[in-house]
Amino acid sequence: MANRFGHYTHIVRMAGLFAAGLIVFLFIRWALIPADFGVYGFYRAGALDDARARPASYVGESTCLDCHGQIGDERQGSKHAQVHCEACHGPLARHASGDFEVKPRALNPRTLCLTCHTAMPGKPKDFPQIDPADHGGDGACTECHKPHHPTID
Amino acid sequence: MDDARRSFLLNTGKFIVLTGAASLAWEYVVQGAPADAPNYTATDHWWGMLIDIDKCIGCGNCVRACKAENDVLNEPGAFRTWVERYQVDPDDPEHPVVDSPNGGYDGFPPPARAIEGAKVFFVPKMCNHCAHSPCVQVCPVGATFESPDGVVLVDKTRCLGCRYCVQACPYGCRYIDPRTHTVDKCSLCYHRITKGLTTACCEACPTGARQLFDLKNPKDPVHEFLRTHRVHVLKPQLATGAKAFYNGLDGAVR
Repeated sequence: MANRFGHYTHIVRMAGLFAAGLIVFLFIRWALIPADFGVYGFYRAGALDDARARPASYVGESTCLDCHGQIGDERQGSKHAQVHCEACHGPLARHASGDFEVKPRALNPRTLCLTCHTAMPGKPKDFPQIDPADHGGDGACTECHKPHHPTID
Repeated sequence: MDDARRSFLLNTGKFIVLTGAASLAWEYVVQGAPADAPNYTATDHWWGMLIDIDKCIGCGNCVRACKAENDVLNEPGAFRTWVERYQVDPDDPEHPVVDSPNGGYDGFPPPARAIEGAKVFFVPKMCNHCAHSPCVQVCPVGATFESPDGVVLVDKTRCLGCRYCVQACPYGCRYIDPRTHTVDKCSLCYHRITKGLTTACCEACPTGARQLFDLKNPKDPVHEFLRTHRVHVLKPQLATGAKAFYNGLDGAVR
């Protein structure tokens, strides 16, 4: 048995070792690399679908206005016409998908309005800003300003 | 009300009320079933973000919206987008004073170190979705990549948490999520933009300082904007192919 390959025995042993190593390597490679890896590039093609699969929590203004169109009309031409609904009312995807138990959050004008409209260096000059200490007293902003059409006529 | 009648009314109501592209995508957006969504061809798009510094008021709406939309941990250091406040002394433009209290999540209090006579402005920061991303080049396992539509994404099932990409990103846009020990970053709301919606930060921005754009869409207003405005990217010397375009970018911004 030992002499079947004569003087080449040592080479055959080495070749056998290499072949076994190669098989182990290919097996590990097959086990670790997903089948769709490298379809588009050095990544797993399925990762694109994974990234898309996440549910959204903001539904987008156009869907809000499908039902609440009258608010859109109210805002026409106002300074808040370009502010999207969910910028103030919060993410409402579940509400829009029919789960009406989920309501827009209660808004406190004193904190919500001042998030944007407190005077501060760095805000654009033409952006309406107030000093809360000397504008409007302690009253709610909404006593004078309509949130969907804030300019006082 | 019996079940059959209830579901009939609900479905009919939805059918009548939801119109247009939004309703097409909507069911799939909520359920997270991408395979069933209307066709989206990645190679038809090339996404990026236009950020208008002159319009940013530092309210932090984008930061809050991003965290809510993408389940980003609400703690310092975990941001997919954040807002920085720059104070630049007109006599010393090379040394701006920058602060970003909690990434701008709670808005901005008056600056702790106010500089007399400085110009002050807000700079929203996020992943620049580079076309030649340094972070992608260093990933050893192909866990982060540039998608065919120009969005740099992370495959969390492959990420080892080795942090090479965190160091490679010249814009500091990546962090390790302590819950999963994998890297996390802005995905440009890939789950939204591939279904016809805009990103959460754009949706929440009250002044329109952020605008998602698609350079492969010839009707996108961004083309006209880029022709008529002085727009630049961050760290152009690094040739990263950044696609977060800043209008009114001050040279002091790093």
